[in-house]
Amino acid sequence: MSTIALETRAEPDVRALVTPEGVDLRVRLAAVSERGIALIIDLCIIVGVLIALTLAAISVLSETSFKDSSEVAQIIWLLGFFLLRNFYFTLFECGSRAATPGKRLMGLRVVARDGAALTADAVVARNAMRELELYLPMIFLISRGEEVEAWIILSGIVWCGIFVLFPLFNRDRLRAGDLIAGTWVLKTPKQTLLPDLTSDSRAPDGLFAFSLAQLDVYGVKELQVLESVLRTADAAAMAAVAERIRTKIDWNKPASETDQEFLSAYYASLRRRLEQRLLFGVRKRDKHDRT
Amino acid sequence: MDNTLRSLRFRREREDSWRQLETLLAQAERRSATSLSDDEMLAIPALYRAALSSLSVARATSLDQALIDYLEALCARAYFFVYGARSSLRERVDSFFARDWPHAVKLLWRETLAAALITLAGAITAFMLVSADPDWYSAFVSPEMANGREPAASTETLRATLYAGADEKSGLGVFATFLFTHNAQIAIFAFALGFAFCLPSSMLLAYNGCALGAMFAVFAARGLALEFAGWVFIHGVTELLAVILAGAAGLRIGWSIAFPGTLSRMQAAERAGRQGGVVMVGVVVMLFMAGLLEGFARQLITSDALRWTIAAATGAAWAAYFYRGDRSVDDRP
Repeated sequence: MSTIALETRAEPDVRALVTPEGVDLRVRLAAVSERGIALIIDLCIIVGVLIALTLAAISVLSETSFKDSSEVAQIIWLLGFFLLRNFYFTLFECGSRAATPGKRLMGLRVVARDGAALTADAVVARNAMRELELYLPMIFLISRGEEVEAWIILSGIVWCGIFVLFPLFNRDRLRAGDLIAGTWVLKTPKQTLLPDLTSDSRAPDGLFAFSLAQLDVYGVKELQVLESVLRTADAAAMAAVAERIRTKIDWNKPASETDQEFLSAYYASLRRRLEQRLLFGVRKRDKHDRT
Repeated sequence: MDNTLRSLRFRREREDSWRQLETLLAQAERRSATSLSDDEMLAIPALYRAALSSLSVARATSLDQALIDYLEALCARAYFFVYGARSSLRERVDSFFARDWPHAVKLLWRETLAAALITLAGAITAFMLVSADPDWYSAFVSPEMANGREPAASTETLRATLYAGADEKSGLGVFATFLFTHNAQIAIFAFALGFAFCLPSSMLLAYNGCALGAMFAVFAARGLALEFAGWVFIHGVTELLAVILAGAAGLRIGWSIAFPGTLSRMQAAERAGRQGGVVMVGVVVMLFMAGLLEGFARQLITSDALRWTIAAATGAAWAAYFYRGDRSVDDRP
């Protein structure tokens, strides 16, 4: 059954994730832009913590005359810098949410491509590659040696270009680290359960009695467009859609009828009709489908 | 007869259990899984399977897109929770040191051998070059790394650098930390560079060997070979091994991408990468120990014999730990 559902929504960023129970969860890949923003948020956090750490170290250094405590401050700074640079991403992605704070804010998480549990070594491998993909280009940007030869600069640019742009040039938007670790980054939206559109009080059936001919004009695709129009509840859009449907099905509009009422009633009737046919194994995909 | 839609009735019957699952997941994600009671813990898999079957039914019978989207998101969240790794940190650390790390290192023996040979080749080359013409020295060892250990320095100065630090004990902690972070960075770099078909990793390993060989040449020319070896290997056994292992893990990745064998290139890279990840965690631990040995032990211990003993002991310990036989896991790569 689910294969029927699949072919109606073949979207480029949807991937199959089949659970051991045999159900395809149809997960979505994170967009490159979302991952970019998540990364920027994470970098801001890292830099923020580093600045705080530095300020704290400086204040300790300047205030205390004990040699020991200044030593401790230096050690903490050095270790802090190292840990942040190398293990910020790793530690957060090893947690139960498999996401750094930036990714969490963007509703993303790291997932093993084969659908199995995400292991710590995969996370380590994926983040060790950041050295090449992120820090090397950054060091390259910051350092501007004047005696560097042109060919070194050129090869540096090519090198950085390959790694930084890697996610743009493959189907699954993997960066080099994802490739090595067998992971990918997916969206995990927090979807709220919206009310069913047919559940609120409806006009009495006598008012809106559509004939089968009037209902068989449209298919599932149109029904779902209608659903989104009703959920958005934009007056202008509803008026335009209602007008088109009335023309298409030759509906005589009584004076008292509002667009909202008409569309809700038509949605309910159409859905009832299509779901009935679905139970008999007929799925009318869209208005061109003549099954 | 009830005039509500069949799909709406379906939804009303099951809605409560979906919401219950949602609440439990939110609680488990917000805090930790331990904040749930045993009953709640046991309820999650059952509720997850119920939601999953709801999703299958909804896909086949309901045309409410919002409902299907909700169930897909809910099931995915629950799936990651139910099938995610569920071992405590303690268990993970235990199994890492008891099995995973030595096992992964063992599987890398070919690459480890290759990385060691590359380092050795670099060291011998640099040794011969510097012995023949001391001007080569500056090509292999940067001035800040040399820190006064130059071909032009007097024998006494050179000898002094090997035993310095014993009288000024302050700052050792900072020094050890600096060495650790610096070396760990190099090791991570050697690993990551393997991705580019082994070449950059090999170059980094060879360069690492060159610096060692060049310094050795300078000290050997003054008859300080044994003393220098003691100075280097007290921590160098651990540190060199760590860098060699990191390079070996990198070599494995580059090699599997270039020659994937029967696997696809992606699969081969993935397998090598995960194995390398395990090795890398251990490498950082090793470098931490090396940093301690270099920063503290070397500065505090000035007896050659003792330095040699420690070097030999660490070497034997690592060899026994990584390569002793039978660990009751199969050794297929």
